[in-house]
Amino acid sequence: MKLHGWGKYPVIESCGKHFSRDGEVTELFESKDEFIPHGMGRSYGDSALNTRVAFTKRFNRILDFDPINGLLYSESGLTLSEIIDIFLPRGWFPMIVPGTRFVTLGGAISGDVHGKNHHAAGCFSQCVEHMEVLVPDKGVVKCSTKENPELFSMVCGGMGLTGVILRTCIRLRQVTSGYISENIFPAANLEEILRLFEERINDEYSVAWIDCLASGSRLGRSVLMTGTHAANGDLTAKPGMALTVPFDAPGFLLNKHTVEIFNHFYYKSNSTPVRERMTSLYKFFFPLDAIDSWNRIYGSRGFLQYQFVIPKQAGKEGLSIVLNKIASSGMASFLAVLKLFGAKNSNTLSFPMEGYTLALDFKIQDRLFPLLTELDAVVTDFGGRIYLAKDARMDRATFQKCYPEWETFRQYREKTFAVNSLNSLQSKRLGI
Amino acid sequence: MIMLVLGGNSETAFETAKQFAKHQGAEIILASRNMEQLEKNAKDIELRYNVPASAVFFDADDTDSHREFYTSLAKKPDIAMIAFGRLGDQEKAQADFAEAEKIFKTNFFGAASILEIIAADFEERGQGTIIAMSSVAGERGRKSNYIYGSSKAALTAYLSGLRNRLAPRNVDVITVIPGFMNTKMTDGMELPPALTAEPEQVADDILRAYKKRKPVVYTKWFWRWIMFIIKSIPEKIFKNTDI
Ligand SMILES: Cc1cc2nc3c(=O)[nH]c(=O)nc-3n(C[C@H](O)[C@H](O)[C@H](O)COP(=O)(O)OP(=O)(O)OC[C@H]3O[C@@H](n4cnc5c(N)ncnc54)[C@H](O)[C@@H]3O)c2cc1C
Ligand SMILES: NC(=O)c1ccc[n+]([C@@H]2O[C@H](COP(=O)([O-])OP(=O)(O)OC[C@H]3O[C@@H](n4cnc5c(N)ncnc54)[C@H](OP(=O)(O)O)[C@@H]3O)[C@@H](O)[C@H]2O)c1
Repeated sequence: MKLHGWGKYPVIESCGKHFSRDGEVTELFESKDEFIPHGMGRSYGDSALNTRVAFTKRFNRILDFDPINGLLYSESGLTLSEIIDIFLPRGWFPMIVPGTRFVTLGGAISGDVHGKNHHAAGCFSQCVEHMEVLVPDKGVVKCSTKENPELFSMVCGGMGLTGVILRTCIRLRQVTSGYISENIFPAANLEEILRLFEERINDEYSVAWIDCLASGSRLGRSVLMTGTHAANGDLTAKPGMALTVPFDAPGFLLNKHTVEIFNHFYYKSNSTPVRERMTSLYKFFFPLDAIDSWNRIYGSRGFLQYQFVIPKQAGKEGLSIVLNKIASSGMASFLAVLKLFGAKNSNTLSFPMEGYTLALDFKIQDRLFPLLTELDAVVTDFGGRIYLAKDARMDRATFQKCYPEWETFRQYREKTFAVNSLNSLQSKRLGI
Repeated sequence: MIMLVLGGNSETAFETAKQFAKHQGAEIILASRNMEQLEKNAKDIELRYNVPASAVFFDADDTDSHREFYTSLAKKPDIAMIAFGRLGDQEKAQADFAEAEKIFKTNFFGAASILEIIAADFEERGQGTIIAMSSVAGERGRKSNYIYGSSKAALTAYLSGLRNRLAPRNVDVITVIPGFMNTKMTDGMELPPALTAEPEQVADDILRAYKKRKPVVYTKWFWRWIMFIIKSIPEKIFKNTDI
């Protein structure tokens, strides 16, 4: 069967197997061929791809729930979407959610994903009480920050390369509402938006949409959205009916001009500040989930998401260089999201570090690759890094600069024989 | 409302039970052989939908045990679903009749045996719905799986007769006719994605058929038309095909 990540690039011929018992995963390890776990395939590039994959999405049973402490024990293929559907009406919500709710627990842990509250709450690993991982050399091992902490730090952010996560116990947080009290602040340029991030540091959630085609005095024109959980007692929020993109749009539909028009209207419609507007959790956290298969709008060649972080002190200078390069390339990023991260954690390959992260979507075209190579150099020169969960094209040297602990990770994989059995196209490309 | 699911470890049956728990608030009794899986499935349903769910041992092949199994249920179901099935091995069944017998034992005799017991109860109570999974393989015999296919053909004919018998007593019988489904039964087979249903889609179709009291439901829906065409090919031509 054909398999690809969310960006539809690359596409490979792959043979996939669902599993519903531990024993079936052990069998995968016992056969000679390497494989990689595959959750909801919401990573954009090639992290969850290989000629053999283990689909985890049917391994999704809830095993226990402690309604006093909000501890949820389940199999790793359970999605955040299922968790929210089931537990929001009972007053519980995940502590950290990425921009889509259609991710599995295994995927969220392997990417050590971040949400709009990274500056306040850290990465997804923060809410993992403990988990059971099937590792090639030892069978099922339980780990947490206290028990087998080395394994824990290799699995969180480990992109499925150190073991198959079987069961997890995560902590949910109590909420009294399905709504967010949302604020919107327009920012005319880069300086303003960076200042706004600092000013609103006490808002639990924050993220900015940024217009990548604006240049000159409007470089960095953006809209900051922040929010905190409302307390209105209404837990009935529901996702709206999802619209769907039924087929791959013709590639030319998204170009500099259409994106410019979209950005213009988006900025205009958000140019007046908004305070404490009640917005449903679904709309606030997962605006893109309202359109099924929106990844089809980039046409049949697919697209890349380029997400990097640069240290805070390099902020304005680094971001200006990147934004200028994009604006002058004329390659349009339909969606560009800027966020201020909090401190880094101790997981070996975890992406976030204190600084600004920018995520950009680009439709695949030949001249895109040289542009991104140029951006890699800027990012690494400033001591930043590129997010593995989004990547499909960086080179080894860049990866090694981004993740200085890569050798520790690689040695761990060798010691536990994971290099022989767990590999993705990405791990082979990057020598992880 | 209580739903009894026989073969409750089938991936489509488990999804269907979840749909009935979620949308109909049904209490679920799962019955199958692998108790470890079954208990996890029951607990999952209970935790997700706040409905009672339990697991009981049931072996379709052990027809002698069926009456005892049904009478020992503390509460009698309003809906009974038959989902167990054995695909078997066609080539083996050609060479070794014991394999053919096993296929028939599970798919037809096992189903007919437990259904007679349930039907008698529903008939007496003047209520109930029977949902049973047959297969498109039972619509026309093909060389690649005609033993399995004929066991499902027998089941389809049986269900039609049962429906006819129970209609005056207000008992519905729903024959579910799936095309390809992506489950452990078809693991490792190359199925055309466009024609293949995920367990969640099958569950939706079954719930809809239940609500609309449809006697026969094909899933995915277009299999009705695919089978219409396949059935209308004259035998003279069909015998030389490789469908
Ligand atoms: C619209 C959209 C918005 C997003 N927003 C954000 C965001 O705000 N923040 C963020 O951090 N990310 C974001 N992402 C990325 C996404 O959260 C991650 O890529 C996540 O890992 C995807 O989970 P998945 O279940 O789809 O995993 P997959 O994409 O299937 O796999 C991702 C990785 O996890 C591994 N994996 C999966 N299951 C297991 C398991 N059981 N055991 C071991 N390894 C496993 C895979 O091998 C692979 O390396 C976004 C993605 C989309 C499409
Ligand atoms: N998959 C397809 O493409 C397809 C197509 C058309 C029709 N069907 C039919 O649809 C139904 C459901 O199929 P599925 O694909 O969802 O199945 P599945 O996931 O493969 O599960 C079949 C289940 O049947 C149970 N079973 C087998 N023999 C049994 C017995 N003697 N007693 C009790 N339980 C028994 C097994 O339970 P334990 O695990 O407890 O042993 C197994 O979990 C079957 O009747 C099948 O024939 C399937």
